[in-house]
Amino acid sequence: MGKSVGIVESKIFHCKDELALVCGNKLSEFELIYETYGKLNNNKTNAIFIPHALSGNHHIAGKYHKNDKYSGWWNNMVGPAKPIDTNKYFVIGINNLGGNDGSTSAKSINPKTKKVWGSSFPILTVKDWVASQKKLINSLGIEKLYAIVGGSLGGMQAMQWSIDFPDAIEKILCIAAAPSLTAQNIAFNEVARQAILQDDEFYKGNFYQQKTKPKKGLRIARMLGHITYLSNDSMDKKFGRKLIQGKYNYNFQQNYEIESYLNYQGDKFAMTFDANTYLRMTKALDYFDLEKNFKNKLSKVFAKIKSKYLIISFSSDWRFPPSRSKEIVKALLDNNINVTYAEVEAETGHDAFLLESEHYHNTVRNYLRS
Amino acid sequence: MNRLDFIKISEWIEPNSKVLDLGCADGALLKYLQAEKMTSGYGIEITPENIEKGIKNKINIIQMNLEDGLSVFDNQFFDTVILSQTLQAMVNIEKIMDEMKRVAKNIIVSFPNFGYWKNRLQILNGKMPKSSDLPHEWYNTPNIHLCTVEDFYDLCEKKRLIIEDQLFLTKNQPIKYFSNLRGSIGIFKLSK
Repeated sequence: MGKSVGIVESKIFHCKDELALVCGNKLSEFELIYETYGKLNNNKTNAIFIPHALSGNHHIAGKYHKNDKYSGWWNNMVGPAKPIDTNKYFVIGINNLGGNDGSTSAKSINPKTKKVWGSSFPILTVKDWVASQKKLINSLGIEKLYAIVGGSLGGMQAMQWSIDFPDAIEKILCIAAAPSLTAQNIAFNEVARQAILQDDEFYKGNFYQQKTKPKKGLRIARMLGHITYLSNDSMDKKFGRKLIQGKYNYNFQQNYEIESYLNYQGDKFAMTFDANTYLRMTKALDYFDLEKNFKNKLSKVFAKIKSKYLIISFSSDWRFPPSRSKEIVKALLDNNINVTYAEVEAETGHDAFLLESEHYHNTVRNYLRS
Repeated sequence: MNRLDFIKISEWIEPNSKVLDLGCADGALLKYLQAEKMTSGYGIEITPENIEKGIKNKINIIQMNLEDGLSVFDNQFFDTVILSQTLQAMVNIEKIMDEMKRVAKNIIVSFPNFGYWKNRLQILNGKMPKSSDLPHEWYNTPNIHLCTVEDFYDLCEKKRLIIEDQLFLTKNQPIKYFSNLRGSIGIFKLSK
């Protein structure tokens, strides 16, 4: 099933243009860290941009060095002869503004005060991300992207692109996304945020100066997140009621394998992820609402778009279920947009968009080729 | 392209019109209509394999269960809606007929004619019919609502649908006389 893109390296895009943000603030300049795979053709018509989801980044495929333990987060989808074929396409990954992995964020120095932004870093929205990404894409000399492929929060950015820059993308592949969050989605995000905000090590977002980080809060936030990414069935299949040592301990140590798994995921995440980024990412999700400026009519949102759409949902995804994708499909149909919709049978919940499955991958591959 | 059903259906379709194909399989008909008549529109399919093939055929294909109705489409959204070789596999036939009337001006329906003489002969011999148009065993067939051409006329009358034109085929050859006996497939253009 295809090879890896091999050893890759990140690049920095420094934008000196002022960026006016939806919240009313401005960034006088900013940096975005990004990676590219494959070759841009002479006419610059084969570029595919892959925006990332909540905890993702610009490192989509390949490894940084030979002994690198992990590949990029979508290595099964992007590479030579893979569904997003780097022999054919020039693939771009960008760490979002405010992101965790090297783009300008709360960890960066505020050029005005020469101090770390910390809590004063603005809250960004999907629209702001898209505006900043557009500047980077332009800097590469690309006027029109062949496609944007986004899953989850990445799918939301893909949709926003087609609305804000209708002439700049030929095809949108919007996977496991939704036109907005439900009350339940926001509720989960709020619990995650409260876990961080109430951690004694958070220091109202200025924990960098204290040389510490709110690991306890981040752990809980991530554990909660993980539960919502999986389905009841897939958790049952993977862990069931399996015990770590085969017997009940009658104490509050980890007893079940699912507990061990969640704690491991929480620890791993808390080590590497920035709390201010996590808080802001969840807010960007909450505030994403395509209908808001269109009199709450989703069909009006797509009135001026020109991109073709492929919408994919997964049967067991209860975070952004098929019914939410169908709302998008209906709104696109109302506008006579060229749209294709696939509802993929999968038992792995929201996470299915990151996992390899033949039908899902063929669908993406065929759509990009057609 | 020598599929007479495709050619006939194409004759019934206005150039540059909007077409919905229910149960469009791999999208071959829509692809043909796009090339011949510059149509736009969508195909509806349920199986994952056909979704992949439809995408390859460059048609807009929506994965949906027809039994759930066509609520994603507004009233009179299409010029023509096609139900090709799918009627006999539907649970709720009256519901899909009503939905087709709602979303389009013209309706095209085709189905295997249960009254075809070879089918009648097999029943006379005490067996359920099997043929290239009805290839399944009785216990695993998706075709749960088989009818004859005469039965279909009765349903059209009940649904106040007028037969504008029709074509009967046996092994891709047109049948002119005694069609309910000699035609293995019937294709009908209906209007309201």
